[in-house]
Amino acid sequence: MLNRSFLQLILVQIRDFYREPAVLFWAFLFPILMAWGLGIAFNKKPEVTKTIALVINEKESTLDFEKLFKNTQYDKKLDSLNDTYYYNITYGNENLGLTHFRLKPVSWQQAELLVKRGSASLILATNEGKLEYHFDKFSAEAQLAYLQLTSLFNGENLYEQQAVIKPMTEKGTRYIDFLIPGLIAMNVMMSTMWGISYTLIEARSKKLLRRMVATPMPRWEYILSHIVTRIVLCFAEASIIFAFAYYYFDIKIEGSIFAFIILFISGIIGFSGLAVLIASRTAKTQIGNGLINLIIMPMMLLSGIYFSYHNFPDTVIPFIQALPLTMLADGIKAIFNESAGFAEVWKYIVILNAFGLITFVIGLKYYKWY
Amino acid sequence: MSTPILEVIEVYKYFKNVKAVDGISFSVNPGEFIALLGPNGAGKTTTVEMIEGIQKQNKGTINISGLNWAANESKLHQIISLSLQETRFIDKLTVNETVQLFASFYKLPRTRVDEVIEIVALQEKKKSYVENLSGGQRQKLALAIALLNKAPLLLLDEPTTGLDPTARREIWNILMSLKKSLNTSIILTTHYMEEAEYLCDRIIIMDKGKILAQGTLEELLSANNSKEIIEFATIDNISEQFFCGDGIYKLIWDENAFTGKLIVKSIIEQLPIFLQKIKENGIKLTKLECRKLTLDDLFISMTGKHLGD
Repeated sequence: MLNRSFLQLILVQIRDFYREPAVLFWAFLFPILMAWGLGIAFNKKPEVTKTIALVINEKESTLDFEKLFKNTQYDKKLDSLNDTYYYNITYGNENLGLTHFRLKPVSWQQAELLVKRGSASLILATNEGKLEYHFDKFSAEAQLAYLQLTSLFNGENLYEQQAVIKPMTEKGTRYIDFLIPGLIAMNVMMSTMWGISYTLIEARSKKLLRRMVATPMPRWEYILSHIVTRIVLCFAEASIIFAFAYYYFDIKIEGSIFAFIILFISGIIGFSGLAVLIASRTAKTQIGNGLINLIIMPMMLLSGIYFSYHNFPDTVIPFIQALPLTMLADGIKAIFNESAGFAEVWKYIVILNAFGLITFVIGLKYYKWY
Repeated sequence: MSTPILEVIEVYKYFKNVKAVDGISFSVNPGEFIALLGPNGAGKTTTVEMIEGIQKQNKGTINISGLNWAANESKLHQIISLSLQETRFIDKLTVNETVQLFASFYKLPRTRVDEVIEIVALQEKKKSYVENLSGGQRQKLALAIALLNKAPLLLLDEPTTGLDPTARREIWNILMSLKKSLNTSIILTTHYMEEAEYLCDRIIIMDKGKILAQGTLEELLSANNSKEIIEFATIDNISEQFFCGDGIYKLIWDENAFTGKLIVKSIIEQLPIFLQKIKENGIKLTKLECRKLTLDDLFISMTGKHLGD
């Protein structure tokens, strides 16, 4: 049976949470804004516009340039904003997606500036009747622009191609299907690490703990109350993100909802243990800040939240897969998009719980109460 | 005499090279109100924290109702209650919720929450957030929590430091009424002389980790009760030889401020001689004051510095 002091400790944290309007924003509104922003940015892009810096050789005129792509359809358009003109060439079709190239005649210095500022990825120059492409060979975007432009200048017409392009719009294959489960997993990490670690360190540095440990309060009860509170809050946060994604992006849980709930709680337990361990001896919030960032930043980048970790070298992938956030995110993605159930995610559940339990016990053993 | 509730026997505490507490012994009887008086850094808080069990002494014994911290932690948490030098609570909790939380640790009924809030006169602030309380109100809240479990031994670490005179007086009144109504032993640390004089049955004067003197105010002063003070200021430096002679114990001369304290056996006998000497040597006085010895004078004569320093 829950005793009164444990219930009081949980109540204290929930009150502390909802009485701080800024916390409400970061916990609930911010993840939604992020899901919305990223979902929009990567999802609804059937048409893109790319600027290309066009540098015409001093000895040549625009007419010489226009001759170079006589095979290509183009419009010469006036930019009413600054009274300059640009060439508009379009690549692609409905199925492939449309890319509008804006070729802007500029000086070499201006062209370099456009690249440095990221508004153009490629410089096109004319040199004695030939076209020169200047771009960073490591930039995928520039490579793609190069291929698309050469194809256009060679007069290739996509409509005449033999290949058939069929856009994938099924659920589970869109970027947003990849993103939302990852965001839910990441939210568990962020909410737990900041919500538990930071709160515990702050309580110690403000000497809130010192007065409490001078009472008969069982010490484990204090820490456990933080974890239980976090489970409640994480559920509230995840429900809001999910509800938004469900209505706005039509995201669904294809697999076992029960397995998802158990995996979700396991994730909270896993990160809670880690949070307690980090907080166990850290005296100052500034140090805690650094420590928490040190742990969450690599996972945010590596665990396949915003982009797949399969782009990393094969040798590091097993290490990435061993990170708690990767396990949680992969598990949730499998349940959401691949109709997975306990059979597929039990391994993650066991490891996350074991990880949480071990770190919790070590943290509690070395915990500095004042 | 009844068995003491607290015995501190030959206790030492070192921090690196600093002897924070350097072999102190004292005891507290049930119902006694004791002041640990001393300047900052005297070792008062370290002493209190060792009694609270937050710090462990390097040497010596601390018995609380015959128990020590090593084996009786949960029992001692019931016997001792305390307010820290600066107790912080959760900002976004109300006074009522904060006391409620602590009451739940002691498994006390809600009626007790109302009782202690009433004792410290915070009824009107019951629903205010802790962050909106003044310094004095916070100390009252800390006091309310310290009173919750009716512990037989109450440790109050500088409960009025940093408070304005009105707030200090309010805390004093609460403590005075507690003293009358409860059979609780209280140890209060302070560097305010008046506080020790006003509230406490017995005063323990500490400096640099040692106990300089202890006893009731009367005892402390009566050891020196044949002493009186002539306090004066001049515009010139003077030679200490002027003030030797029968009936003069000591001259404490501040050569920077040109102020002096002459500790004498009797003002009536010594003042005419003093004035005569001043006149003979053509010294100009800017201030002259005659009075009985106070605790502050006693402290200065023992340590050479003021309590507040």
